[in-house]
Amino acid sequence: MNTPSDAVPESPLAPQEIARVATMQTRPLYWSIRRELWENRSIYIAPLIVAAVQVIGLAISTIGMAERRRAVLLLDPAQQRAAIEMPYDIAAIMMIFTVFIVGAFYCLDALHGERRDRTILFWKSLPVSDLTTVLSKAIIPLVILPLLAFAITVCVQLIMVLMSSANLLMHGVSPATTWAHFPLFQNWLVLLYGLVAIALWHAPIYGWLLLVSGWARRAIFLWAVLPFIAIEILEKIAFNTSYLAALMSHRLFGWAAEAFAFGPNGRPSIESLTQLTPGRYLSTPGLWIGLAVAAVLLAAAVRLRRYREPI
Amino acid sequence: MPCIEARGLRKAFGTTIALDGLDFRVDEGHILGLIGPNGAGKTTALNAILGLTHYQGELQVLGRDPWTERDQLMRDVCFIADVAVLPRWMRVSQALDYVAGVHPRFDRAKAEGFLAKTIIKRASKIRELSKGMVAQLHLALVMAIDARLLVLDEPTLGLDILYRKQFYDSLLNDYFDRTRTIVVTTHQVEEVQHILTDVMFVNHGRIVLDCSMEQFESRYLEVMVHPQHVAEARALKPIHERQVFGRSILLFDHVDRQQLAALGDVRTPSIADLFVAVMGDHAGAAQGAAI
Repeated sequence: MNTPSDAVPESPLAPQEIARVATMQTRPLYWSIRRELWENRSIYIAPLIVAAVQVIGLAISTIGMAERRRAVLLLDPAQQRAAIEMPYDIAAIMMIFTVFIVGAFYCLDALHGERRDRTILFWKSLPVSDLTTVLSKAIIPLVILPLLAFAITVCVQLIMVLMSSANLLMHGVSPATTWAHFPLFQNWLVLLYGLVAIALWHAPIYGWLLLVSGWARRAIFLWAVLPFIAIEILEKIAFNTSYLAALMSHRLFGWAAEAFAFGPNGRPSIESLTQLTPGRYLSTPGLWIGLAVAAVLLAAAVRLRRYREPI
Repeated sequence: MPCIEARGLRKAFGTTIALDGLDFRVDEGHILGLIGPNGAGKTTALNAILGLTHYQGELQVLGRDPWTERDQLMRDVCFIADVAVLPRWMRVSQALDYVAGVHPRFDRAKAEGFLAKTIIKRASKIRELSKGMVAQLHLALVMAIDARLLVLDEPTLGLDILYRKQFYDSLLNDYFDRTRTIVVTTHQVEEVQHILTDVMFVNHGRIVLDCSMEQFESRYLEVMVHPQHVAEARALKPIHERQVFGRSILLFDHVDRQQLAALGDVRTPSIADLFVAVMGDHAGAAQGAAI
């Protein structure tokens, strides 16, 4: 986000104006994102708390780990790997879930809070366009939170590996059993790929939440959720179908089936990079329809913010 | 050159008409006081000028359409809506960083200089500051911006008299340089009277009076009439009469000063007194306390 393109004015200006703006080096998008992080510290505090809980949980689980590891090593290699890898996968999945919740609640408040506390009058008194403002708020769940989830999960997994290795060494078991079954770098690549796939897949959800946040005067959560429940009830009673529910479920979890090829046993674990299917993911219409919907929702949120006043 | 030019500016909220076709023009280098009772449409007019509200009619601010070009207009326009709009969670240092980061015309050293004259600490959160200190901070931020138009909507509401006086003093001494334009609304009319170059009264979304302070001073005269001349003075058709300590004070529009001097002590009325006279006695009685 710290690129020179931020300094480019958002609309055509006279050449001398461009020169002046460029020399002043304002970066509205960059500073708007920093502003969001100053105001919404839960963006990084919540994942850090989850990480701390994970590390504490692991510390407790190291009691008796050596005995369990000896037992695990008697299993066949696939089961060994599954057993050793499980806590790491759980840590990553918990973090993905955490940042989704944080991102959703952040979006619900993003364009509502500034109207509720009247600060919209201050933000609008500065030369920052509605487009920049809404984009900076959309970037939090789409870019910042996935990157945070990645960085924190990498740290947590490193701590987990080091803690369990130290523990095993002290009890005379070779930590190589962990390293052999747990290819860290490959897993991190899978995690990063998964986070990007999820963020893009969920983009219309965040767009919808931002739009409702900018539109509703109160009860934002209800406005965001109730219409879907109402339509689903109507559909169920009138036609005895559940297309909307299927659509919602596809939007929440559909990324998994498109971005990954899970093993025949149905276990959601990724053992090899060949199970990543970016080609299929990128060619699925669901992704592009979702991104188009997200763009429309965000454009509506930008347009709407122009009309917004304190509530 | 006009800084603000409005023709037929209208705005309705449902069936309530907030602005009923305003025509006015504010030239660069002027300080306009926009005076009116609560609900007269002052804030709506300012919001239209700032691109915060949609309107009908024509409006140009520094040659731009405020509604569609707000973000660019804000390079040259500053406003203080009231003291409570600075984000309470923000630190003073963050406010400086943020404005410096997004505003091409913000001079951080200048803002630091203004803040150095106060007891505001950089590390304080805005919620920890008193109302007066928040106003000082906002003013420091705004005065460090090299803007062409400054809009103040009740900037000193809720401040004690020391902060209010200091606010307008620094505005006049450290900011106003005769090329900038200032538009201010306030209920504390007597505190801004000496800094205004123009005054405009609005009521029910219409302009009731629009004149320069020079015109104001030559046009309106207030006479504390000697008791024996009261009947004679009333014959000159004062626009308003009030009693203070048993003496009649009559307000005249366009009456010769020499003629009035014979009837009693002549002086220029305060804007507040004229406001009460122009708005009518009934409205005046209700609004008098608020002025």
